Amino acid sequence: MAERIQRSKGSDRDSSRVESSAADLDATTEQGDRLKAEMDDILDEIDDVLETNAEDFVKSYVQKGGE
Amino acid sequence: MAIPKVCGIETEYGILVRGADPNPVAASSILINSYVAAAHRIDWDFVDEHPGQDARGFSWEESLAPDVEPQLVNAVLTNGSRYYVDHAHPEISTPECRSASQATLYDRAAEEIVRRSMSLARSVMPEGAELLLYKNNSDGKGNSYGCHENYLLDRGVPFGRLVSEITPHFVTRQVFIGAGKVGSEFPGDSPSDVAFQISQRADFFEEEVGLETTLKRPIVNTRDEPHCDPLKYRRLHVIVGDANMSEVATFLKLGTTSLVLAMIEDGAIDRDLSLADPVRAIREVSHDPTLRQTVTLRNGKRLSALDVQWSLLEMAERYASSHGLECLGGDGPAIITLWDEVLNGLSTSPESVADVVDWVAKKRVIDAYAERHGLEGYDVRTKALDLQYHDMRPEKSIAARVGLRVDCAAADVKRAMVEPPDDTRAYFRGRVLAKWPESVVAANWDSIVFDVGRDPLRRVPMMEPLRGTRDLVGDLVDRSADVTELLERLGD
Repeated sequence: MAERIQRSKGSDRDSSRVESSAADLDATTEQGDRLKAEMDDILDEIDDVLETNAEDFVKSYVQKGGE
Repeated sequence: MAIPKVCGIETEYGILVRGADPNPVAASSILINSYVAAAHRIDWDFVDEHPGQDARGFSWEESLAPDVEPQLVNAVLTNGSRYYVDHAHPEISTPECRSASQATLYDRAAEEIVRRSMSLARSVMPEGAELLLYKNNSDGKGNSYGCHENYLLDRGVPFGRLVSEITPHFVTRQVFIGAGKVGSEFPGDSPSDVAFQISQRADFFEEEVGLETTLKRPIVNTRDEPHCDPLKYRRLHVIVGDANMSEVATFLKLGTTSLVLAMIEDGAIDRDLSLADPVRAIREVSHDPTLRQTVTLRNGKRLSALDVQWSLLEMAERYASSHGLECLGGDGPAIITLWDEVLNGLSTSPESVADVVDWVAKKRVIDAYAERHGLEGYDVRTKALDLQYHDMRPEKSIAARVGLRVDCAAADVKRAMVEPPDDTRAYFRGRVLAKWPESVVAANWDSIVFDVGRDPLRRVPMMEPLRGTRDLVGDLVDRSADVTELLERLGD
């Protein structure tokens, strides 16, 4: 098991060390920008749908224990 | 060899009432009655329910047996599931399924049944009033309600070995099935002691093994109520999971657990992963979303939850080669591939599994939201976002907006709302209900009571979960004109 973890984690680390190049870095930045833009869109939408009074909502969300 | 891993999932939903009587029991009844009103109501039959029976074989009178309240709404649906009020929550139990993917489909169908019920209830409630449902497991104030799994097991497996071999999985599987939670509900903690944790449920477990589900919750529940032949089978009732919005997480939860249980049946767990203190470990793992927290094994070693999961996966891969995975009803290879993918993702870059793992998806959006609005630590606005992640209204659900992967086709979900699975006894239950609603007096997991028009009522036992399938009774149900003919043919 210990070998397995090192293999899976270590191989990723090694490959990034060995293969990192300017092109890869550009790709990573590009991907990061894309993810950030995506998240901005999600957050815009969430601002629209979020319960208007967070405090009241959280306070009123009371359940009886179940099961 | 391991027996087929028949499984199912039961989900209690959180319920809020807007603009009407806030009593959750009444509200849950309105919700369910609205859905079943159109069809003939078939009541649940409690004759074979023994929720107080303990798998360890001792008397249950000293423990608190779960309440069964037969006067509450309790209906059987034509897809073979049970829709009822449990304590103060609406709950749906899926039909018995032959595989993890099938049970996932029926859990999705249950979500759609709940959504349909919400809109039907609106039409019988006062103007502007509505019922809001949440597929989560806690209210953030120390009250929890469950999402339980059930698995068919060979009665021959000694219960003590089952407990010790399944517990490491139950403590650590939360790294991929945790639904995430803002704040702590551990007794003695203030909510702000933990900004974000992996599991909805981990704060509520106080025992390693036990019968209760509402107080002193145990990691391994011993309720011994097989709902089938008790000499051959056991039904492992699992109360330690979170309800998932991610259907792929539901599949992984049911799939990995079925697989580990099959390995236990076949004696294929060859590494001792027993934890020194599972109750403490489940909380420690949950409270550390960096996944670096280690837990102590009984042999003194310290491993992270991911280490334990990698170890289980390696044993599972060897088991697949030596024993095959037929008992998983066709899902075996997909379970192993996905398990490996998700552990790799969590080990290298958790964000890469935000389309599958609920807590990662939730944390990612909460972190971004906090950054945008300059919030730090526990905040009522991030708690609101946490709760709303589980909102069953499509127009309000946060989970519906974070890019979770969808595997169940909409047409399959729609069919599963009304049709039972083909390959378990749920087929017979669902088909006779659909075809002769006026002749079915009552039904439960292991029998159906028919009214043949003259005394006495006739009870048909269904003690084998894999009998009553389309292959075995499909023609017979199709060709019978009424239940008298059906019962005659069944008797032949």
